Amino acid sequence: MNISYGLENIWTWLITLIDRLFCRAGLPYIFAYTLEKIIFGVALLVFISISVLFLIWLERKVSAHMQSRLGPMHVGGWHGWAQTIADMVKLLFKEDIIPAKADKWVHRIAPIVVFVPSLMAFLVIPFEKNLIGQDLNAGILLIFAFSSLAVLAIIMGGWASNNKYTLLGGIRSAAQMVSYEIPLVLSVLSVIMLVGSLKLNDIVEAQQGWHWFAFTQPLAFMLYIIAATAEVNRTPFDLPEAESEIVSGYNTEYSGLKYGFFMLSEFTNMLIVALVAATVFMGGWQGPKWLPLPGIIWLLLKTYLIVFVLMWFRWTFPRLRVDRLMDFGWKVLIPLAFVNIFLTGLFMVVFK
Amino acid sequence: MGILLDEAPYILENFPGGGIVITSADWFINWSRANSLWPLTFGLACCAFEMISANMSKYDLDRFGVFPRPTPRQADLIFVAGTLTKKMAPRLKKLYDQMGEPKYVISMGSCSNTGGPFYDSYAVVKGVDKVIPVDVYVAGCPPRPENLIEGIKKLQEKIKKDTIKNNGRAKIFK
Repeated sequence: MNISYGLENIWTWLITLIDRLFCRAGLPYIFAYTLEKIIFGVALLVFISISVLFLIWLERKVSAHMQSRLGPMHVGGWHGWAQTIADMVKLLFKEDIIPAKADKWVHRIAPIVVFVPSLMAFLVIPFEKNLIGQDLNAGILLIFAFSSLAVLAIIMGGWASNNKYTLLGGIRSAAQMVSYEIPLVLSVLSVIMLVGSLKLNDIVEAQQGWHWFAFTQPLAFMLYIIAATAEVNRTPFDLPEAESEIVSGYNTEYSGLKYGFFMLSEFTNMLIVALVAATVFMGGWQGPKWLPLPGIIWLLLKTYLIVFVLMWFRWTFPRLRVDRLMDFGWKVLIPLAFVNIFLTGLFMVVFK
Repeated sequence: MGILLDEAPYILENFPGGGIVITSADWFINWSRANSLWPLTFGLACCAFEMISANMSKYDLDRFGVFPRPTPRQADLIFVAGTLTKKMAPRLKKLYDQMGEPKYVISMGSCSNTGGPFYDSYAVVKGVDKVIPVDVYVAGCPPRPENLIEGIKKLQEKIKKDTIKNNGRAKIFK
């Protein structure tokens, strides 16, 4: 499908412009390349921060309407649109507490360590065919590698705060995220077998014309959504920050902007997970041919659909018990993922 | 709270036009603080149920950006809802001390204002202001959620009169 509209045209035009300018000036190509990547990175950061602020507002509105409340209504005028801006500015100017017996350096760097990997995963997401940070051969592998780094930061935060509740939250999150990483990767593996490539653009192009993997691989899609919910620590798998059991989990001792970073990274991770679901299972930037919208619009529509489903989960299901969580991960999800891989392989052998 | 709020206003004051910077910073910071009061819920007695009711569907404190947090580190506001006994007072003091600096207290109900119906009890603290500084007193036994909402509105007015030169501590009415 040759799309002649969308944001990627502007981007390719900008790239050729920069390339030519640098060529005229007699500078090597590496400078032009670096400048292009920096521009893309800054645009990506702006997109991420705006959409995360929007997601936090959306979460509060969705939760409120599901509980027949109204949610933020007064801040900024229209339906409390400025609520998260007020929250973030307040967190910025709040006292930054480091407990007296905390491991100070680890306590300080944990919020940064939690935020950076979730940003790195955006590098390989194809917003449109050419609107991509770097189309790596091992794109999807890189996303999972970086998203599994988040657990390190959570353990760091939990350990360094020197508090029973934070430690419990950190250990719980380690157990949970390591267990659910496996079905997450295994569910995508069946799709990778069908496509024969780890490149995200190849996966998107394999789903041309409504051949979404959500339809041809429904089990993998369901497993992915469940495992992804656990991976980003959201209810019904929000044991690391279970408010009724361990005060606020791993971020109990964090105040001010550091807590803000934990909150932002939680929503960034949710965005990543939804973007990957939309790309791998729901056709990515491709849309129906009769409605020529830019690919990025289609991708974001699908992403926000998944995000809404995750929020729906959060306000519908109660929290699981720790042992049942582990049972569910190891005894149900992983065998099902293996069965799915086996069936996919059988299908490929029989029908090819 | 670091160099930004501790030193910067006093340095800025000496420059021409610094006052304008300070007042606009005041306006923005106070707007964000007033509209993002995250309370540490501290229910001690029957007032707690009115507080819970104020958070629930019918009254919905979330409309004003009031969003309950379970841990004192992330809270800006503490609702002392109910009778404070002498045994509980050290815990209240500890929780108040654990909160990050711009912190506010709403004393809710007669018991926490003055001791209320238990004014002659040997076990009850006669008003939480004997333990921690209180910003807004909400009267009632227990106060209805509307009263609590009015208390929050009063606190927002108070925060909006604050200046960063006070280091976040509201000293307007004291």
